[in-house]
Amino acid sequence: MAVMTYREALNLALREEMRRDPSVFVMGEEVGLYEGAYKVTQGLLKEFGPKRVVDTPIAESAFTGIGIGAAVLGLRPVVEMMTFNFALLALDQIVNSAAKMFYMSGGQYSVPIVIRGPGGPAAQLAAQHSQSMEVYFYHVPGLKVVRPTTPMDAKGLLKSAIRDDNPVIFIEAETLYPVKGEVPEDPDFVIPLGQAIVRREGTDVTVIAYMGMMYRAMEAADELAKEGISVELVDPRTLRPMDVETIIGSVRKTHRAVVVEAGAGFAGMGSEIAAFVTEHAFDDLDAPVERVTGANAPMPYARNLEKLKTPSKDKIAAAIRRVCNANGS
Amino acid sequence: MAKTMPERKGHSALGLDAELARRLLYTMLLIRRFEEKAAEAYTLGKVGGFLHLYIGQEAVAVGASSVLRADDYAISAYREHGHCLAKGADPRRVMAELFGRRDGLSKGKGGSMHLFDRSVNFLGGHAIVGSHLPLAAGAAFAIKYEGRDAVVVCYFGDGAVAQGEFHESLNIAALWKLPVIYLCENNRYAMGTSTDRALAQTEIWKFGQTYGIPSEKVDGMDVLAVRAVVGRAVARARQDKTPSLIEADTYRFRGHSMRDPAGAVYRTKEEVEHEKERDPIVMFRERVLTAGILTEADVRALEKDVNDRIDEAVAFADASPEPPDEWLFTDIYKED
Repeated sequence: MAVMTYREALNLALREEMRRDPSVFVMGEEVGLYEGAYKVTQGLLKEFGPKRVVDTPIAESAFTGIGIGAAVLGLRPVVEMMTFNFALLALDQIVNSAAKMFYMSGGQYSVPIVIRGPGGPAAQLAAQHSQSMEVYFYHVPGLKVVRPTTPMDAKGLLKSAIRDDNPVIFIEAETLYPVKGEVPEDPDFVIPLGQAIVRREGTDVTVIAYMGMMYRAMEAADELAKEGISVELVDPRTLRPMDVETIIGSVRKTHRAVVVEAGAGFAGMGSEIAAFVTEHAFDDLDAPVERVTGANAPMPYARNLEKLKTPSKDKIAAAIRRVCNANGS
Repeated sequence: MAKTMPERKGHSALGLDAELARRLLYTMLLIRRFEEKAAEAYTLGKVGGFLHLYIGQEAVAVGASSVLRADDYAISAYREHGHCLAKGADPRRVMAELFGRRDGLSKGKGGSMHLFDRSVNFLGGHAIVGSHLPLAAGAAFAIKYEGRDAVVVCYFGDGAVAQGEFHESLNIAALWKLPVIYLCENNRYAMGTSTDRALAQTEIWKFGQTYGIPSEKVDGMDVLAVRAVVGRAVARARQDKTPSLIEADTYRFRGHSMRDPAGAVYRTKEEVEHEKERDPIVMFRERVLTAGILTEADVRALEKDVNDRIDEAVAFADASPEPPDEWLFTDIYKED
């Protein structure tokens, strides 16, 4: 194990996979000469050259489509969205080309592509650069959607995503790039897609969260432990396919569930998780599933308003208390 | 024999022997007959959804495909039966796909607008206008990445020219020198919108000049002219990875789809009748007969072969079962 930042873990994953498989290449805006807007691709141009580290013009739809076309012929492109907000310009390519080609061709043409970059709430980047983007993708059959919370997950999941034969949407976070953690240096270390992880064991309530919300939920859990509330934290890591089993298993144990998500709540991840918890574990629940979500508003710029937009530790803690104090059977 | 053919720019120097003439005429007739039978099947309720016929435009797909190798690629939009057949797909499996049957190219899951055939490197029918132009550049990128000398022909309509992806793709294909031939079939109408109502520059080939790539216009009703122009573009792409933009001046004799059978709202009957005078099949048949390359008997034999083959395709599609229910959930994700 080595201690490194989330950003370095991603960089290492890219290097290892590019060394392992010559069909892997990186493409996007400023990934080469500039070494990445967020330096995730730092040093790759020097090691692998311009054939495999490809700077593109600002044309998200075209370079995403080019990645998809190259993947159809058997290459393994890793397309960077400078921020995932820009992926909306490529939404048609991702949804209509990448996600459906295997199906529409009756299994003839698969699309082994990774589309990665940062998304979610950032720091005062305002409405267009600070959105939880996963919601636009996890609805779509044919896509896999990953949100890696820790440096270890960033490395292990990105490597799995690159080796996967399907299109994988891999959304990182600006705010997590400097976060440090332990990361296995073994180039064979991977984390399979579709496996949730229990980040903290507890007995009273299951809290489902990922990315920045997981770190806040962890703080809330620390605080609540002092009050005698034992919180179990589950991180889905992959949103599609979702590891329903691990989440349901935890809820069956604790009988209570709170879902936390940064994005606006309407038809969000929390709605989906609350729905399947209700469908699969209704009789196990001692209280209704509670959702803690971002406000149903665009992301504002002003610091005070921005703070109100995204769930805070206190809001999460309050929801957990409510659920635990609810009188069930 | 070339001397006896009407002199037309672009192919006077082109060798045309009986074998090639037979192949070109056969494939154009095959597509025409296929489309006629597909329309018939649609009216009988055997084909559903949207059905966009290629009738009138056969010379483009056949001329272009005639200069491609088996390891070259073709990709198209939703009016793609002709492109798929010309690349070598089995008409039986194409018809079965239209019928939504299990023996269709895409197991009945794609339909008329989503024909794919990996066995002949046909990269699909894509039905969001303009979306396959980047995909074509991506396939060309992969060819170059792998150091191969194959090329990609990308067919699209005049409607795609107003889309951003047309310009984005031409820019990048030119910038990165990708072996792709962008072949615009200008049939003058994007659905019901004529080019002069959609494009500030209706000479579509001129957009290629903006991006600094070889660009030209060709008579899309003349299979030999298409063959010559695309042949040069393919040679450039193969030899030094130069992309091209070709505008084929063509016309669809039927409406936009079977739901627009006459195409009568946005164009006059006189215009359609006038354009039918340059039917690519009639013109080519007359030329090869006049030149003595093929005889009337040859042509009749070809027509019979084609009719038999398409009848067989319809019978095959009719006999093919519907896809089993469990196929709803297969081919969504590729498993290891």
